Amino acid sequence: MSTATREGVISGRLGDSPPRPDGIAKAQGSFSFSGDLSADGLLWGATLRSPHPSARIVRIDVTPAWRIDGVAAIVTAADVPGKPTYGLISSDEPVFASDVVRYVGEPIAAVAADHPETCRRALEAIIVEYEVTTPLTDPEHAIDGSHPPIHPSGNVIRHQRIVTGDQRLVGEVVVEGTYQLGMQDQAFLGLEAALALPDPGGVGVELFVATQWLHEDRGQIAACLDLAPDKVRLTLGGVGGAFGAREDISLQVHTCLLALRTGRPGRLAYSREEGVLGHVHRHPATVWMRHHATRAGLIQRIEARMVLDGGAYASTSSAVLINAVTHTQGPYKCTNATVDGYAVRTNNPPCGAMRGFGVVQACFAHEGQMDKLAAACGIDPVEVRLLNAMETGDTLITGQVIENVAPVAECIRATAALPLPDTPVGGFGGDPMQLPGGAGLTADVSHIRRGIGWGVAMKNLMYSEAFDDYATARCRLVDGVAYLKFATSEVGQGFVVLAQQIARTVLGVDDVVLEPIDTTIGSAGSTSASRQTWMSGGAVDGACRLVRERLFEHVGARHDIEAVRLAIDGRDVVDTMGPLRIPVATAGLGMTFEETFEHHHRPTEELDENGQGDCHTAFAFVAHRAVVDVDPELGLVKVVQIATAQDVGVALNPLSVLGQIEGGIAQGLGLAVMEEIILTDGRIRNASFTDYLLPTMLDMPPVVATLIEHPDPMAPLGAKGVGEPPCISSTPAIVAAIRDAIGRDLWRVPVRPSDICLPNR
Amino acid sequence: MAEHQHFELHVNGSLHEVRDAWIGESLLYVLRERLGLMGSKGACEQGECGSCSVLLDDELVCSCLVLAASAPGQEIVTIEGIAPVGSPSDMQQAFVEFGAVQCGFCTPGLIMATHALLGRNPEPTDTEIREELSGNICRCTGYGRIIEAVQRVAVSRRAQP
Repeated sequence: MSTATREGVISGRLGDSPPRPDGIAKAQGSFSFSGDLSADGLLWGATLRSPHPSARIVRIDVTPAWRIDGVAAIVTAADVPGKPTYGLISSDEPVFASDVVRYVGEPIAAVAADHPETCRRALEAIIVEYEVTTPLTDPEHAIDGSHPPIHPSGNVIRHQRIVTGDQRLVGEVVVEGTYQLGMQDQAFLGLEAALALPDPGGVGVELFVATQWLHEDRGQIAACLDLAPDKVRLTLGGVGGAFGAREDISLQVHTCLLALRTGRPGRLAYSREEGVLGHVHRHPATVWMRHHATRAGLIQRIEARMVLDGGAYASTSSAVLINAVTHTQGPYKCTNATVDGYAVRTNNPPCGAMRGFGVVQACFAHEGQMDKLAAACGIDPVEVRLLNAMETGDTLITGQVIENVAPVAECIRATAALPLPDTPVGGFGGDPMQLPGGAGLTADVSHIRRGIGWGVAMKNLMYSEAFDDYATARCRLVDGVAYLKFATSEVGQGFVVLAQQIARTVLGVDDVVLEPIDTTIGSAGSTSASRQTWMSGGAVDGACRLVRERLFEHVGARHDIEAVRLAIDGRDVVDTMGPLRIPVATAGLGMTFEETFEHHHRPTEELDENGQGDCHTAFAFVAHRAVVDVDPELGLVKVVQIATAQDVGVALNPLSVLGQIEGGIAQGLGLAVMEEIILTDGRIRNASFTDYLLPTMLDMPPVVATLIEHPDPMAPLGAKGVGEPPCISSTPAIVAAIRDAIGRDLWRVPVRPSDICLPNR
Repeated sequence: MAEHQHFELHVNGSLHEVRDAWIGESLLYVLRERLGLMGSKGACEQGECGSCSVLLDDELVCSCLVLAASAPGQEIVTIEGIAPVGSPSDMQQAFVEFGAVQCGFCTPGLIMATHALLGRNPEPTDTEIREELSGNICRCTGYGRIIEAVQRVAVSRRAQP
């Protein structure tokens, strides 16, 4: 895709790809991430964690730790002044465990000391006596009642059915399959870190933290600290990626407690192992689906059962489940369905938000089914998808009507039109780096097989189920310079540059100053659910438009012209019906125009017991085609190319869109062939980058992309969120390509070498 | 703690005194926490991600794997030594212009790695770029824009006399 300047696009404005304002500082190493922050008299913090997935705490003795020089504070559950628990949707996770532990890594105590090594020794000195109990690690045992409740709220976090249409319909063609997804880690690079500065006298605290949602954090922190929300002030510390893992509280309350207890600045910073233990992951899932269709391949009815392992605490499991069950059909027409979904509690690590949020799980299954359906009907995988492609106006299995632009068939056709790689199997010139397995002792080129596979997805945008989701922004215009204020978490996605583009476009200015991202303005909601371009973009746009109205009123009054006749042209205010033309920079000289705007998306409904209701706000669509080379003897895979066409509404910043597409595909590739948190009896066996494999530059193939641009009338700027779709159907596309290469069914991701070369194991 | 060390490090062309360091402190820790050079980042602590890359006597190393107390007498160059703040190198500018920076946490390490790569091999092929930079993990970009930035700089450096 060309990201060169588009015709008719003014430099720095919407449709252009100007440099992001934090870019040079990040490239020079002078940008401050949350872990880079320091203060005079700083204390280091560290967290003591449970080594058991399930145990009763018999005794905690912290006195030996106090004997270590340099220890300044030790806090446990007894030191939490307010609410003893926190949580995003239900407050079910203790700040510190005191009676039982429910997963390996659950926090029990925190210490503050003069040096990280002192902290480590202090943690080692704390005595915790456990009575180990049998962990619940099989999600089916959470459902069948064979294990006693591991939490007062029970072992089923949420059960949701979707029952609609003809329940007895049997198709001429019936295909079924069971699909499994392992636990994926968000693996952002900038580890969890926060700096807390206590107010004198312990009456309040200021926290600099890398998070996705400052205001939600503040509410949970304030409740646990028993402080009024205005006594807890949050500023966004530089965020080194998030991908969902920073939507939940991790170290926030602990850091504040240590600072308040000592009256000194406190910093908590996780190691990689601690990060893996200390944040939520993508839900591992087992999904069974049975599709009924006509002989021609038209889907008539879908039956499904989904079980998502939520781990020890609820986090966002109930919302992830809703996404999974409501995306059972994928981007295909279907009116008859029977879906049974469970999000359950186990003694496995807690799971919550990760890019794709439940839809990844549904999509891996429905795309596997589409290929089975194509094979059963003797038609092409592309043809079966086109035949069933959803359109605007279709009714989902929830009864909700798709009102968005829904260019599913166009995404598929545009992807199919992209060129296949010209690289021969094994690459040009026999370079072993082009082979599956790289320069290792891989099989002979003549044994390597190439495959092509498809994946198509639908993804809901924004929050669902009656949540009043909104974003706030303020704009101030002074002598041709716009100042923007919002609490929108910049996690790398580039909202900071988009906000500047919006202000430049609406107000005809070049200089846009971004004020600190903190809680001194209303909430912007979370940087998740592909929502900030739509929500915070809508808020910035709304605030800038209000300021523009004030400017036009001022200019109109001065020149005796009705304000409605005025418009922005380039950098000028112009009279659309007369000769007046004044630069924005001088049009309101000495004046300040300031407005705040809250953007709310349309209301949604909760699902009823039959899974019916207009529960989602909006939808986006995407298609992926993967080309892979497989060494069937060693079970090694090299992804050769990913082609994609994505429904983006409008590309407000084409370079940022491409960045989301390529980055999301890399995470989808990771889930397809390498990324998995491996558990044995509730214990994570690979909490490190040595053992949890992430795609490197050698693993990531070239991406060819087409942006499908139809401005969505429902979106404030016509643009849909673009962050999640790339990582949803790229995974099933890659797996389908491997199946195509080796001619064998694969039902689990990540696909392991043994799944390819030892199929009967 | 008892195991205090005193030594001097030669970083970015000047000598820095390190006092009262624990012997177990990594070069990354000392650069960041004792010398205030926060540009080098830590993300894995075991040499897998490349975020902490620095040059040690012109060799690209992961500073998380080097004991600071073993580094005296060697020339250390960090991201802060590549170009003064406000005067970015051509590679730093290209990373921003071509979309290679998102969250930016991996960026300083990648700048160090590309600096070393083009110093050694001014005309790398696509495969050579991928192989040489495969020790630097980026979780945001999927690498496409990073490769583009490196290629663009390689071409423009060749075009200059």
